[in-house]
Order: sequence, then C-alpha cells, then structure tokens
Amino acid sequence: MLEMTRPQTLVALRGIGKTYANGTRALEGVDLDIRAGEFLTLLGPSGCGKSTILRLIAGLDAPSGGVLTRAFDNLGAEIGFVFQEPTLMPWASAFDNVFLPLRLQGQSRRTAAPSVEEALSLVGLADFAAAYPRELSGGMRMRVSIARALVLRPLLLLMDEPFAALDEIARFRLNDDLLRLQEELGATIVFVTHSVYESAYLSSRIVVMAARPGRITAEIGVDNAAARDEAYRVSAAYAATCKRAAGALRDAVHGEDL
Amino acid sequence: MTPAPQWALRYGPPALVMLALLAGWEAFVRLDDVPPYILPSPILVLETLAADRAILLPALFETLKVTFAALAAAVLGGVGLALLFAQWKWIERSFLPVAVVLQVTPIVAIAPLLLIYLEPATAVLVCAFLAAFFPILSNTALGLASADRNLVDLFELYRASRWRTLLLLRLPSALPYFLGGLRIGGGLALIGAIVAELAAGAAGQGAGLAFRIMEAGYRLNIPRMFAGLALISLAGIAIFAALSALSAWLLGRWHESALGPER
Repeated sequence: MLEMTRPQTLVALRGIGKTYANGTRALEGVDLDIRAGEFLTLLGPSGCGKSTILRLIAGLDAPSGGVLTRAFDNLGAEIGFVFQEPTLMPWASAFDNVFLPLRLQGQSRRTAAPSVEEALSLVGLADFAAAYPRELSGGMRMRVSIARALVLRPLLLLMDEPFAALDEIARFRLNDDLLRLQEELGATIVFVTHSVYESAYLSSRIVVMAARPGRITAEIGVDNAAARDEAYRVSAAYAATCKRAAGALRDAVHGEDL
Repeated sequence: MTPAPQWALRYGPPALVMLALLAGWEAFVRLDDVPPYILPSPILVLETLAADRAILLPALFETLKVTFAALAAAVLGGVGLALLFAQWKWIERSFLPVAVVLQVTPIVAIAPLLLIYLEPATAVLVCAFLAAFFPILSNTALGLASADRNLVDLFELYRASRWRTLLLLRLPSALPYFLGGLRIGGGLALIGAIVAELAAGAAGQGAGLAFRIMEAGYRLNIPRMFAGLALISLAGIAIFAALSALSAWLLGRWHESALGPER
C-alpha cells in the first residue's frame, strides 16, 4: 500500500497505465494526486485518456499498471459520477432518478424523500420533482443528473464533460451553479473538459493531457483569490489563465494530427 | 372559413380513402352486373355478415381464443427465454439457432406436420405460438441488451446486484422493444392460428373462422367467404389497436414512440 503523500489526498495515482484489449494505450505513467477540496480539471484533446482516469478512480475499470490508492473504501457512497450525457432513466421522474442511489442503498422512498428534495433544490429544480426527463430542457436534465450525483453527499464528484452538449448560456449558468454547490457542500471535484475557457473559469488546478498514449504534460495552478462571477470572465487574471492553459494545450497536441 | 378541427384532419383523409375504395367496389359490381358468386358487393358482404352471424361469430370467438392463448404463451416463453439470454450468454449462443430455425421455416409448411402428431386443437395453438414467439423473443432480448451503457456503469458504481440491475434498469429499458415485439406477435399469432385452421380444416376438423371460410368456399358461398375474411381483418386490426393502446398507456410520458406529432 502506497503511503499518502499528504493527509488530505483523496486519491493517489502512481505510474498508472491502461491498455485496452485491442492494444490502445489509453494511459501511460500517470502520476496524480487528488486533494480534498480542490476543483481539478483534466484538460486535453479527445483520446487523451481523461475519461479513463475518471473511470479508474470510480473503480469502473482497473488499471493495467501502476498503483491507485483511495482514502476511502465505500466507492458508491463517496463518489458521485456525472456523465457527458444526463444519463437519466427516461421512465422515471426527476424525483425517482435522484432517488436511485438511495434506493440502491436500500432506503425506502419515504425515508429518502427529504434527501432527494434537498438535492433537487440544490440544483434549482425543487418544483420539477414530478417531471419526466423528456419534459425537461437539456440544462435541466443535466441538473437532475448532478442532483443524483450529489444526493449521497459524496466526498468526490467526478464529472466527464458534463456541459459539452449544452449551449453557452446554459453552460455559463451551470458553471456558476457548480462553483456555488462546491462551496456549499465542500466537495472535491474532478472535471473533464476540452474547453480551455471552462477549465480556466472553474478550476483551482488544471492538469493538461496529451494523447497516444494518454499522459500528463503540464500542470497549471490557478489563483483562487478572485471571486468567480461575470466580472471574472472579462478579467485580466482569467485571460492570463486562459492563455497559459491554451499554451499548454497547444504544446500537448503539438505535432499531432487533429 | 374556419380551419377544420384536429381530429378531422387526422382521421378524415384515411376514412375518405377507405370509403372511396368501398364505393368504387360497390359501383363496379352494380354497374357491371357482376354476379355475387364472382364478386359480392360490400353491402351484400355486410348483409351476409349480419345474416350468418350465428355461424361466423362463434367461429371468430374460437379463433380469437386460440390467438390470445398462443400470444400469452409466446409472451411467457419469449420474455422468459430472453431473460435467460440476458443473464447467461452461453444460453443465448446455444438456443438462438433453434429459435431462428423455427422462425425461418414457414408456418404453412409446419402446420400439416404438427397435425399428424398433435390433436388438431393443440396443433393450431402450437402453430399460432410459433408464429408469435420469435418476434417477442428477439425484441425483448435486444431490449434487455440495449440498456444505456452509462446507466449500467452507474448501477455498478452503486454496487447494485445483478437482480436489481435487471429489475430497475434492464426490464424498463426493454419495455418499448418488448411492446414492439408484442404488436408484431399479436398479428402473427392470428395468422398462425388461421393457417393451422386451414390445414386442420382440410382434414375435416376445426370450428374456427378459417374453417368456416373454407367450408363456404366448397359451397360456393362467396359472400360468406368475404364476410369471414372481413371478420379476420377486423380482428387483426382490433388486436393491433388494442396492443398499440396498451403500449401507449405503458410508455405514457416517457417514450418518444408514445408521443403524438405535436410536441
């Protein structure tokens, strides 16, 4: 068992590699600590293994090499997962979708109701508990998906390009809501994106990745002092972070066919 | 002019086409003086239907009884086997070829053989079952395998047992597919029953609608043949409509297929 470098490290990846059965080297030699309370963004081109890292952390896949250590055991209770698509059950109401993790833990609808309602109001959907997914907009569906991931109050929230399919207005709003949620809940978030701007706006730390094989090429710390709001989106600090992240991403994809 | 109401726009054109076809048929028979033993007019068919109802309706009831019994058996068998397929891949690999052989062999060709080995009533039931079984099996198996990959991952993350994943995820995911199979199977069960009745009727057995049609044919009672045929068509339409209504009711608010064109 690997010793945790710091007490607040939630997940430690050491020399992690992942090769799929077809020979694709999704990851090679990845060293990464996920620290409690941080908003970590994995930024990189398609096929750089960002999503694979999330799947490994969530235990949905096993690494082919290296050591992955978690500071917690009950993965289902401590990890919330948000996919690129809302991934809701279309036959179930927003309430029942958010209820799912509690239901799988053996809770009854009645005992779970307060937690479900709270999670729905956290994402601003208190009035839509009875609505079915197809009756909701894309942004609202994603909110239900986030409420489902939060309903167990996990330590760690893993988000795999959750806002990629949304329009810019919905994306900006969800960005702000996500930051507010993180502050309220004190959750640690690992966020996958290929948007430089999204990573610069949300993160306290950006890890830049390159593809073939998937590996980490740069790490950018972001000064968290400034409040994230509309003013920040046009600030010099934000522009500087964007520039650094864009430069690192350009280096990461340099010489590759895009 | 005020615009026509929704229902008139929706049901008006198909109703008009149907009426025009019947009117054309009636006009052809009357104007050309076609004798009823060659081609009865629609009105005569309707009159025959009313006059011969004591013969035709019990026969229809018999045929429907067999159809529904066969459909119920096909649902039990098809869904049951699809569940086994979904849980154990080796069962699917072992049994699917048998199911395919049964499916591709025309029911018309199997019916006479079944009549040699089985009681006519049982043979008719088995024929209708065989016709309805495969679409229900294959659609349900496809549906059970079509659950959203990410949702499957989510259930895995939350440590859901195989049984709960089946109950809460795979079965609801399969429902629209199953209902599609059921609608096809309902029509095919009727066809299977009719085919087997025809084969059985040739051996002098059976009281179903198909037997009555054949009997009317031997007696050159062409209007009654048409009346029987009309009843079969109506029964098929009714079965399809009932299963479609069931499907719309079950899928209700969540599935695209259950929603009207206006959104």
